[in-house]
Amino acid sequence: MLDLMLFAVWPYVAVAVCLVGLVWRWRVDQFGWTTLTSLLSEKRILNWASPLFHVGALLVILGHVAGLLIPKAWTVALGVPPATYHLVAVSLGVVAGAMLTVGTVALVLRRFILRTRLRLVTRRGDIVMYVILGLQIVLGLWQTIGFTALEARPSFDYRDSVSLWFRSIFVLQPDVAAMTPAPWAFKAHAALAFALIAVWPFSRLVHVFSIPIGYLTRPAIVYRHQGS
Amino acid sequence: MKIMAQMAMVMNLDKCIGCATCSVTCKQTWTNRDGVEHIWFNNVETNPGVGYPARWEDQRRWRGGWRVDQSGRLCLRQGNKAERLARIFNNPEAPSLDDYYEPATYDYQRLIKAPLTGLTPVARPLSAITGEPMAIKFGPNWDDDLGGSALWAARDPDLEAIATKVELAFEQSFMFHLPRICEHCLNPACVAACPSGAMFKRVEDGIVLADQDKCRGFRMCVSACPYKKVYMNRLTGKAEKCTFCFPRIEEGQETVCSETCVGRLRYIGVILYDRDAVGALAAADNPLAACRSAMLDPHDPGVIAAAKSDGLPSDWLDAAQASPIYELAIRQLVALPLHPEYRTLPMVWYIPPLSPLLEATGAMGGDDTDADDIAATVTAMRIPLDYLAQLFAAGDQAAVAGSLMRLAAVRQHMRARSLGRDDSAAEAVGASPEDLERLYHLLAVAKRSDRFVIPKAHHESTAQVAAWAGGCPVGGGPGATRRKGRA
Repeated sequence: MLDLMLFAVWPYVAVAVCLVGLVWRWRVDQFGWTTLTSLLSEKRILNWASPLFHVGALLVILGHVAGLLIPKAWTVALGVPPATYHLVAVSLGVVAGAMLTVGTVALVLRRFILRTRLRLVTRRGDIVMYVILGLQIVLGLWQTIGFTALEARPSFDYRDSVSLWFRSIFVLQPDVAAMTPAPWAFKAHAALAFALIAVWPFSRLVHVFSIPIGYLTRPAIVYRHQGS
Repeated sequence: MKIMAQMAMVMNLDKCIGCATCSVTCKQTWTNRDGVEHIWFNNVETNPGVGYPARWEDQRRWRGGWRVDQSGRLCLRQGNKAERLARIFNNPEAPSLDDYYEPATYDYQRLIKAPLTGLTPVARPLSAITGEPMAIKFGPNWDDDLGGSALWAARDPDLEAIATKVELAFEQSFMFHLPRICEHCLNPACVAACPSGAMFKRVEDGIVLADQDKCRGFRMCVSACPYKKVYMNRLTGKAEKCTFCFPRIEEGQETVCSETCVGRLRYIGVILYDRDAVGALAAADNPLAACRSAMLDPHDPGVIAAAKSDGLPSDWLDAAQASPIYELAIRQLVALPLHPEYRTLPMVWYIPPLSPLLEATGAMGGDDTDADDIAATVTAMRIPLDYLAQLFAAGDQAAVAGSLMRLAAVRQHMRARSLGRDDSAAEAVGASPEDLERLYHLLAVAKRSDRFVIPKAHHESTAQVAAWAGGCPVGGGPGATRRKGRA
């Protein structure tokens, strides 16, 4: 029953909240749609921790896309032996995870402990986001290192379980049974991932959707009419 | 060719007493909210000195403005678009509060509530940000009136650029105030650097603004502006900057800093420029000449015809023809741009101060109303001239000397006229007596309507402006409300 709630209902609820939330936020709160940069309050730690966090996070997302969306059969068909795939995935995962972890720890320490100024610009949304993100990172590393990396021939292959379930969500036929054999850390990680998606529109994470692609082709000087 | 109008300002530095009334009234109008404690859209610096933020002119550190690369192309000093986007996760060149200063207040309650003892209670300084006790170490006019002191003046980046070092002479004779606002450049680096497209230049009057709804907090504008006149709001994480008081300008009123200036040293007017020429002018070999040629002659029939066909309203053309800015900057050549070498084509210009030289002339036994004696001082005092040239002419000492000599000629000419004597002051500077008398009028006795020639905005074509009426353009949203626990 819990599995059904977490892996068949919750993903759709979370995605719906996210989509509706994004549309709502975009329409009513352009002013709040920002990175909420805290550079003004503190710069020295931010200068190295922020790129570390962001690049780490992007690599981690790429890794998840590869691991969850690409079926095992495809990599096998391409001639990649599972052992090699495993080695590459784990080593890249550990590097990306380490970057993300160090970056996050530095940012959290900076924000909540080192400087009073930063506590003053911290909002409730930031705290919720940091809690979920922190738990996710702990669970993610636990899986990568504890369940997968330390075993040469892993007893549990997420590509035969979690990935199947994840892809089934997109075709609107959630395969809850595929999740059943997964260890608890994988289950928690998957459920929390959708919690992150659900809080996305209500946090500063919206800035992810503001990647300035248009800047590359825009003329340098922007002219606008009065009142436009 | 596309003719557009630009609101521009000139400040006559001889008249600035450094009272900072402009800064205070500006602050009370625009930046008296939480989150913008450190922001001064208008600040007054003492020169030579470090300014605010300290050493803002040191572009090796801040990498603001534009440069011309080997192939002659204009590019932001921060690098090309790809280089800048690669550093989107951090921006080492953007100043933090530690680079500006930590705003402070005082523990006034202590004066009232301290228990009765034999000791006089003291109001300790408290951080206006955290409320914690702090030591005040720097501020927006920290070196106020200390321009001559070796401690502060020696750190002035403009002085470092000067080869000759005769500090004593300069310490004894040289200090002036420099009020600064956003330059509302024709080629604004902040606009070019904004990844979100939130920074923009207005077509009608050239005012450069930061759209609060579009700003995503990438803080590239802050570092790109070589004048350090775009700031981050501490609480909203968004860019804010001098607005040239556009709600007042649209109604034909001068900016707050101009209205409240007790020295009446500010002039506001319209100049005409060719939008299509901006790129080439900004990349030109001689930045000062480029700034001057950006201001088109509003009496030139070709310019008039082009302006009309580009839809410039006739009252704006009239204003451009009566512009005190064009008169001071181009016809009289007394006003000069601030750091034209940043290649942003700045639109707030300055008449360099003559008074330090007058004082020196007197000290050297000369007659400070005699243009020849002043000329001798100008030539003898290489440091002030060199220094002023670093500030206002990209190192072109002749341009600064030309401005100062014309100011001296006005004094001599008017003195001769009131004494009924003949003089050759006008000829000596290549001007007509009428030119000098017009300049005298504008600098000495001009009325408000002469100093500010501001045509009203044509609101009939911008209906939406009405929707703004009464609303604070930077208010609302998170961070605009006051924090709990602070009055």
